[in-house]
Amino acid sequence: MFVLDSITHRLRRGCQTMAYPDGPAPALPDRHGGALRVEAARCPDGCAECIPVCPTQAIARPPGRTTSLDLGRCLFCSACVEACPHGAIEQTGDHRLAARSREDLVLGEKGGEEVRLARALDEKLRRLFGRSLRLRQVSAGGCNACEADINVLGTIGWDLGRFGIQFVASPRHADGLVITGPVSRNMELALRKTYEATPEPKIVIAIGACAIAGGPFVDSPEVRNGASAVVPVDLFIPGCPPHPITILDGLLRLLGRLDEKAAGRPAAGA
Amino acid sequence: MSAVSFLLLPNPSSTPWADVPEFRMRDFLAATAGELDRGGRLCAWFGVPEDAPGGAAVRIVVAIAFDNDNTLEVARSEPVRGSYPALTVTHPQAHLFEREVWEQHGLEPAGHPWLKPVRKDHGAGPAVGDFFRVDGREIHEVAVGPVHAGIIEPGHFRFQCSGEEVLHLEIALGFQHRGIEEALPGGPHPATLSRIETASGDASIAHATAYATVLETLAGCEAPLRAQWIRALALELERMANHAGDIGALAGDVAFLPTASACGKIRGDFLNLTAILCGNRFGRGLVRPGGCRHDLEPDRLRRLGQRLAPAIADVEEASRWFWDAASVRSRFEFVGVVTPRQATEMGLVGPAARACGLVRDIRFDHPAGWYRFAQPPVAVWPGGDVFARARVRWLELQRSGRFLTDELANGPEGEIRAEIPPAAPDSLAIALVEGWRGEVCHAALTGADGRFRRYKIVDPSFHNWTGLALALRGQAVSDFPICNKSFNLSYCGFDL
Repeated sequence: MFVLDSITHRLRRGCQTMAYPDGPAPALPDRHGGALRVEAARCPDGCAECIPVCPTQAIARPPGRTTSLDLGRCLFCSACVEACPHGAIEQTGDHRLAARSREDLVLGEKGGEEVRLARALDEKLRRLFGRSLRLRQVSAGGCNACEADINVLGTIGWDLGRFGIQFVASPRHADGLVITGPVSRNMELALRKTYEATPEPKIVIAIGACAIAGGPFVDSPEVRNGASAVVPVDLFIPGCPPHPITILDGLLRLLGRLDEKAAGRPAAGA
Repeated sequence: MSAVSFLLLPNPSSTPWADVPEFRMRDFLAATAGELDRGGRLCAWFGVPEDAPGGAAVRIVVAIAFDNDNTLEVARSEPVRGSYPALTVTHPQAHLFEREVWEQHGLEPAGHPWLKPVRKDHGAGPAVGDFFRVDGREIHEVAVGPVHAGIIEPGHFRFQCSGEEVLHLEIALGFQHRGIEEALPGGPHPATLSRIETASGDASIAHATAYATVLETLAGCEAPLRAQWIRALALELERMANHAGDIGALAGDVAFLPTASACGKIRGDFLNLTAILCGNRFGRGLVRPGGCRHDLEPDRLRRLGQRLAPAIADVEEASRWFWDAASVRSRFEFVGVVTPRQATEMGLVGPAARACGLVRDIRFDHPAGWYRFAQPPVAVWPGGDVFARARVRWLELQRSGRFLTDELANGPEGEIRAEIPPAAPDSLAIALVEGWRGEVCHAALTGADGRFRRYKIVDPSFHNWTGLALALRGQAVSDFPICNKSFNLSYCGFDL
């Protein structure tokens, strides 16, 4: 009876895995806003309305230079978008945010108004990891939100396993690390040891504002302002926490597994 | 000791620092012990550094809750230094609080049975140092962490085992310490709210609500009713998301896959409901001192209601498979038992306490905000085992679901945000919120300039980790995962 019930339930529910990346990406919540676009050319001389409202000092305007916004530090609170009287900072609604270097997340200059999205790994690493990537996650001061949204990727709706990506229990079994949290000083040694225990070649992915640059805890004496202070990072995925679609986009982008036509935003903003 | 000498307060409240009764240290300890003996529960016990004649000293502030009387009590000690006879010896629920004050201010609780740092790295890492050891030829030690096998936060567990049986478990935390409290004096700073929201990131609404309430109380005002309503909706959504996730995780740990896979997705459905409110799946940016940042317009309200009903139905169905399975029940029953007496003595809170038959729920005992007008019934189950902790979550899922369904239709009209006046100087404010893990307590003391002089956060996990250690006594070490999951405590909320 019970077995029959289970099978019936299972059949009735059907396949719950989303069509992405073959179909469209699930939409971000309307109040999320997605990636920011910063056009420093619109900032009049002397305007600094956005700078004090940012909780993580992600926006800077050094004398004689243009305004720049570091999306790696950004918590996506949109306070700056509201504060800007000149429309220089806009929300694009785009879920794609992952970048290969910290500089690619700094927005503002002409030609650099948007995130320079991550390019795929080189041919050799792609051959190794492209169809099978085993990752070890290390939370180093993470608040459990980035962790939760990484866990979500393993559920039936997202089914990370269909891409050959799997989170494993030991660094010895891993091809790379996923780091969350600002790297608390008390986790620095454990993170370093986990990294050393991962066999070469290996990659490191920093997920969330904390792991990229310290997030809300930037410059706290108890943290190292992100993973880069301890290990070399190959992929940065911004957000507080990043939406699961942003994380998945980053992982697939790194592995060169995204067909932009199907998985990207409509061509307008790309 | 006379009960009248402690200052009686409702939740939340603010009072001039000068009005908080001050005791000589000896009397303070005796009075606190007396209040705990007559049924009080320790909500907070923290130090306030003070320049006293003869150099730096520290005052201890205590907040005690009387759940049946719906009241809080506060008192403070004279400035002291050096050492004092530990309260823990007679009242174990003080054990971590006294260790914390010792670590933060150097005030030694003499005779404390296990005086160790709570969070700080003393050179080599929090787990390096002495652990309680059981000796004997048959005894072996199992060390787990800080880095765990799953995608979870770091902590260290040290088991003393005789064969499979755990004789003692010591939990060493501190790996997640980010210095939240240390950074708060002189605040609020621009990053303060974001730090509070990430104090324990899966309880962002609970912590942000406590923080906003503290600031509003200090300013002598309240958030508009509509904002209080929105906060309550968000808090219940947070509870449902986490409880649904926990039911799924417990099912996963006993290899009952239908519920595990369904609940993993349903958790996400609840997080997405929170995202309808504010764009962020964890509710960040919703609660602001003075109210809420986003309104729930009619169209959005309709959308929320439409998606809430199927999410509730889904979680009901997925949990029913689980409760109907004898194999699940037999793995959960009589495993990881905490007795009501242990729960009372250690001051457990939230679902962990309610699963021991204790009726304690801030929404009911010390209602604030919207909960003054409506409360879901308190979900209690006797037994104290993994089964009871799962059962309480299940009851809360049902009751929060019903509460949300009712309250969505009851939203008051009006503003969602008010400008709040500056905080009162030299005042002590305290606010309690029932987060999904239990009581979130925030207390703030302002200085002459109205800025924070001291800010204390007590996450429910601070009370409850000891419950997990007790639950493991006499258990098979292989039952640790389901015991741990049944509590699902916060590492960063403890470490701050």
